Amino acid sequence: MDNGSVAEVKEALAGVGYLADEPAALVSFLAQKLDKPVLVEGPAGVGKTELAKALSRATGRELVRLQCYEGLDEAKAMYEWNYRKQLLRIQAGGSQGEWEDVQDDIFSADFLLERPLMQAIASPEPVVLLIDEIDKTDQEFEAMLLELLSDFQITIPELGRIEATTMPIVVLTSNDSRELTEALKRRCLYLWLDYPELEREMEIVRLHAPDLPETLARRLVEVIRMVRSLDLKKPPSIAESIDWARTLLLMGAEDIDQETFTQSMSIIVKHRTDIDLVAERVGVKLADPLRAES
Amino acid sequence: MAAKLLGFCEELRGEGVAVGTSELLDAFAALSEVDWTSREDFREALAATIAKSQDDRRVFELLFERYFFRSAEAEAVQHGVTEHQEGATPAGEGERFDMSELSEAIREAMEAGDDDRMRDLARLAIAAFGRAEGSGVVGVDVQRIRRTLGLTAGQQPPNEDGSERPPIDREQLTGFERHLRRELERDLIERTETLPPSRPLAELDRALPTSPTQDLAAVHRAVSQMKRRLATLGHEQRGRKKGQMVDVRRTMRASLETGGVPLRLRYRPKRPRRPEIYVLCDVSTSVTSASVFFLSVLHALHDSFRKLRSFVFIERISEVTEVFEHERDFATIAQRISSEGGVADVSGYTDYGRVWLEFLTEISEELDPRSTVIVLGDARTNGREPHAEVFAQVAEKAGRLFWLNPEPKLYWNYGDSVMAAYERHCDGAFECWTTKHLENFVNVVAGAAPTPE
Repeated sequence: MDNGSVAEVKEALAGVGYLADEPAALVSFLAQKLDKPVLVEGPAGVGKTELAKALSRATGRELVRLQCYEGLDEAKAMYEWNYRKQLLRIQAGGSQGEWEDVQDDIFSADFLLERPLMQAIASPEPVVLLIDEIDKTDQEFEAMLLELLSDFQITIPELGRIEATTMPIVVLTSNDSRELTEALKRRCLYLWLDYPELEREMEIVRLHAPDLPETLARRLVEVIRMVRSLDLKKPPSIAESIDWARTLLLMGAEDIDQETFTQSMSIIVKHRTDIDLVAERVGVKLADPLRAES
Repeated sequence: MAAKLLGFCEELRGEGVAVGTSELLDAFAALSEVDWTSREDFREALAATIAKSQDDRRVFELLFERYFFRSAEAEAVQHGVTEHQEGATPAGEGERFDMSELSEAIREAMEAGDDDRMRDLARLAIAAFGRAEGSGVVGVDVQRIRRTLGLTAGQQPPNEDGSERPPIDREQLTGFERHLRRELERDLIERTETLPPSRPLAELDRALPTSPTQDLAAVHRAVSQMKRRLATLGHEQRGRKKGQMVDVRRTMRASLETGGVPLRLRYRPKRPRRPEIYVLCDVSTSVTSASVFFLSVLHALHDSFRKLRSFVFIERISEVTEVFEHERDFATIAQRISSEGGVADVSGYTDYGRVWLEFLTEISEELDPRSTVIVLGDARTNGREPHAEVFAQVAEKAGRLFWLNPEPKLYWNYGDSVMAAYERHCDGAFECWTTKHLENFVNVVAGAAPTPE
């Protein structure tokens, strides 16, 4: 998939179980062509992280993942000096070695602990680097990433510059909980992932729950869309649709009627107030057409 | 083509999208990789490299349509190409359009979800109504055309021959309306040969959150950010180095790593103090429009902070901490506050002076430098004595005092607003009527630069 067209990328992604829409496929394609990082934003659970994983599967590259959180720093993201090993080296070679030798030696690559970013850069094989939930970190960390993202290199004061030998595909995801800096955005391609269209979501659900009959899948996606259109604190994501589909399979449900819905509703709605609202609006709607039919 | 793209970026910049040279270079690089003949690919490639946020993307979409449509039109005029609507629909060949047939065709297109066809049909519909007859106001025209075509969402009346017609999905109808709107806008641009004045996005932005839960969720997000920042910044951090205690036990432990040499001192961890927050919220009629927003802020604050006491006031002050603690549902809270908040028995005119006096006598002993007081109100005293000196005392006793005003800064100190008298004593006074403002407030409190509006 390293060469080729947008359509081929899309196909390759579909081949590993990720149904990308046009923009997602195009941006993935451009990311490889232009060697630019991709910034993926969108509501929770629309498959942002999954896109990176799918890319790694489709390209046969290893996935290096950096999960961001508040207080994440260089030492955990890039590299750290192996303090203990350095001490050992000093103690072991204290008698014969000259101090200069030791000094040079303990700040060499042997004493470096590679963290995800460093790993991605130094890897001899090209990788997919996933920087997950970048919005959870603070701005300082973003600034630190800039060098990596634009030049694919890391500067270590004691060692000098380490340049990437192979170009990683970099995917950054963000839940949009914080506005990212302009500098970071400028270096990335931007992709907004949203809830999919009815047809596409149905395909996704059926891909992940192949035993689900088509009529039921359609019904499920329709109900999910109905739920999403309500004013909820946390609308159900694609991941939750899939979970729900699997639950329905386990329950052996043949149709989504009011009863099955109330029983399994907690899979897709996860706030107390939301549950009340959904039960009130959707539950009743589900009851009606059935009565009309029978 | 390069010139066209540059012109497009120039327009984007005019609308406030930050398009840098590096974005432009990326755009060109991206375009050299995709197929130009596919409109979709062309647009997405541009969008991925140029529009770097949801808002930018919206502006981008609008401008993209407009810009490339217009340049196409310009070319057409230059080369003397006239537009003719050929074969757009089976019913569209004649001079007059048959309304019911057109309406049928649109229904079909909507049902099939065929975007291109809907666009063609929208143009036809506009043409059928005659461009000259338009009111000139796009929104009005859209609705008029829709009504004349007899298109409404929901169940449809049966056909003349009695056969059932499928119901129209609201989303699909909005989709068609969007096409109509776009075509009408294009028309307008063509006729007047000017771009419409900058779009009213700013107006939309101003709208108060009208209580839907998602706005509530946004408020909750902003407040949870605020919680972190209030807890880690300000007083709690002052004098951090001072008075730190070496933890001998942990230092010795750590020294084992380094062969028994205590290279690194370990300190007793400092437990961050919980911030104490007092919130006073105006619920009088002058701030009716904002009070829902304020109450949702209060609601969110209660979610995040344990040590929070909240008060509502109009003429007098009334503590509602308990209401918030015992009720989780926002709607119920709002109702309970209005019914039993204890403020319903008064004239409905705010008396800030009296509020401060009461607050001071009731609470002052509990205020200390660790406490933060947040006032949500418009500072309109209805001509009564503001008692700014009492307010100053409150401010002095409390560690920090912030004022969030639901009015734009422009209106402060006009009429009976005495904001200036209070503002002097505040650690910060902010206008606040959207979640964006709230975030801004949080940022300022955290010491960061305010986000640009």
